Amino acid sequence: MKEAPLLKVVNISKAFGGVQAVLNVSLTLEKGDILGIIGPNGSGKTTLANLITGFVRPNRGTVLFKGHNITRTPPHKIANLGLTRTFQVMRPYNSLSAYKNLIVPLKSPRVRQTRGGKLGDTDAVALDILEEIGFERDARVPYKIAGSLPLGYLKRLELGRCFALDPEVIICDEIFSGLSMSEITSMIPLMERLQIEGVTLIMIEHRLRELFRLANRVIVMNFGQKIAEGIAQEVMEDPKVKKAYLGRERS
Amino acid sequence: MVDETRRKKRLDRSIKVRTEGLYAISSGAEMFYLILPRAALIVGLLALPLFLDMYWQKVLCAAGVYALLSLGFDFLAEYVGLVCLGGAFFIGTGGYISGLLNSYFGWSGLLCIPIATLGGAIFSTLVFIPALRLRGIYFAIISFMFPIFARDIITTLNIFGGTEGISALGTLPNVWTEIYLILLAVIIALFAIRRLVNEDIGLILRGIKDNDQAVKASGISITSYKIKAMFIASLLGSFGGAYLSHKYGWVGISLFAMDFSILPIAASVMGGMGSLAGPVLGAFALTPLSEALRGFGQLRVVIYCFILIGFIVYKPEGLLIYFQRKYHQFELWEKV
Ligand SMILES: Nc1ncnc2c1ncn2[C@@H]1O[C@H](COP(=O)(O)OP(=O)(O)OP(=O)(O)O)[C@@H](O)[C@H]1O
Ligand SMILES: [Mg+2]
Repeated sequence: MKEAPLLKVVNISKAFGGVQAVLNVSLTLEKGDILGIIGPNGSGKTTLANLITGFVRPNRGTVLFKGHNITRTPPHKIANLGLTRTFQVMRPYNSLSAYKNLIVPLKSPRVRQTRGGKLGDTDAVALDILEEIGFERDARVPYKIAGSLPLGYLKRLELGRCFALDPEVIICDEIFSGLSMSEITSMIPLMERLQIEGVTLIMIEHRLRELFRLANRVIVMNFGQKIAEGIAQEVMEDPKVKKAYLGRERS
Repeated sequence: MVDETRRKKRLDRSIKVRTEGLYAISSGAEMFYLILPRAALIVGLLALPLFLDMYWQKVLCAAGVYALLSLGFDFLAEYVGLVCLGGAFFIGTGGYISGLLNSYFGWSGLLCIPIATLGGAIFSTLVFIPALRLRGIYFAIISFMFPIFARDIITTLNIFGGTEGISALGTLPNVWTEIYLILLAVIIALFAIRRLVNEDIGLILRGIKDNDQAVKASGISITSYKIKAMFIASLLGSFGGAYLSHKYGWVGISLFAMDFSILPIAASVMGGMGSLAGPVLGAFALTPLSEALRGFGQLRVVIYCFILIGFIVYKPEGLLIYFQRKYHQFELWEKV
């Protein structure tokens, strides 16, 4: 018998007033996947992430994570099950230094449980995680106020915040946007490392070329619906996908 | 006219730089530099009553209650993101619980105050829980309504002595207990809260203020932490209320008066929002000021407003940050 998928979304829908942000979207995620979600602006990608992580309640449909029905579970409980996300708009805890930002997830019930209470000095754990995520330890960066960091570091900090939770799935909402080519090139090995360490990823992206280097499967959304799904390069040949992207460029 | 050809340059005093590292504790001068402001505050507060007459000692006690409220207001606003305009509710619940315990069971003030502090804080927190999911201005408005509701419930149902209140309560043993009880409470509360905001719970609360969504995505229930913060702030207010009921030997609906909700805001602005010690200083400056201006009658409010507007416009950083800067840095004019 085949093992149940890690994450399964069935016919999920959400309307905001008259706007049908997401309509009948289904997807499955197997352990170890890197699933890409692409689509024009306003096609409902962020809303889909919000629906899966409990930040928005769906009108219809279900979300199953590791066999639990989490459709109406509040976000912090979903995070404690091991499903977390980054946010499209980077808003670190501005008044705290970078490494103190990680104390928040390290104090979650999940981390206390998985690490068996033997967390030791949380500050040291936080600094270790920052180092893993690409902050130079001896430089002063980890001690700087998070609000003063440049965007590249903020993106890493956002990933670090998720990674500190020791999660099974991270949904990354446009983690590459706003970064320079070289910054992205240095982030890609990081994502690969996360995958090797057993984290399953969903990546919402506009940077297709960089995404295709990572994702083994891609879902294309348009006007809230899933219009195509498959292997990256093949999906882009789909006429419906071409039309969605081209139609937008012309308007 | 602003002189465009020169500007103020600020440099850290060398002793400030030297006291930043751990080795500061090996040198007397550096230790003294670090301890002086804290010691001055504590010694200053504790010595002050010795130089005051009866009337001003009374004012000082009232200022202490306002200082506790201001501290709670600043903590909730700047470290949790809850702008709470319901300080009078904490005062009222603490006061009434203490007063009722005293009048029904005849327990002494010194026993009633701790019970009422805890009981008032639990009751206030329970009442505030439904409002905690609201944000910004909505929370502020609802919190402002709670003391008004409480007052109206007491007068219309005519419970707890209705508009008359409950009088002939046990008072505190003597005037020195009265004074030092509140002053010690202020000092302990100030240092405890300063400590708390840098502990893990404080970091999480500041996280909630900066970005509550990210805190949720980190697996932490923001409601349970807001409840803890609310409890801490209402402990301060309930203590103040319980204390007042035994200081006056009377409780009444004036414990729910708007002053308790509003003066802390002004004190916090004057002292410096977010500095914790600033709002405490602000309360000790503002309460006597509003007493001294009593002779001006209604005009007092106008003068009071001018002072506030002056601070918001010319010294928005507040008194404490201003003094800190003078202490840690020297200024010189340099040509541009
Ligand atoms: N909280 C909300 N209230 C009202 N409408 C919303 C809300 N969130 C999203 N929408 C609407 O739902 C639609 C989908 O938005 P969504 O943010 O999910 O798109 P997206 O694919 O993430 O776009 P982008 O690529 O620009 O980030 C948009 O029309 C948006 O205006
Ligand atoms: Mg989006």
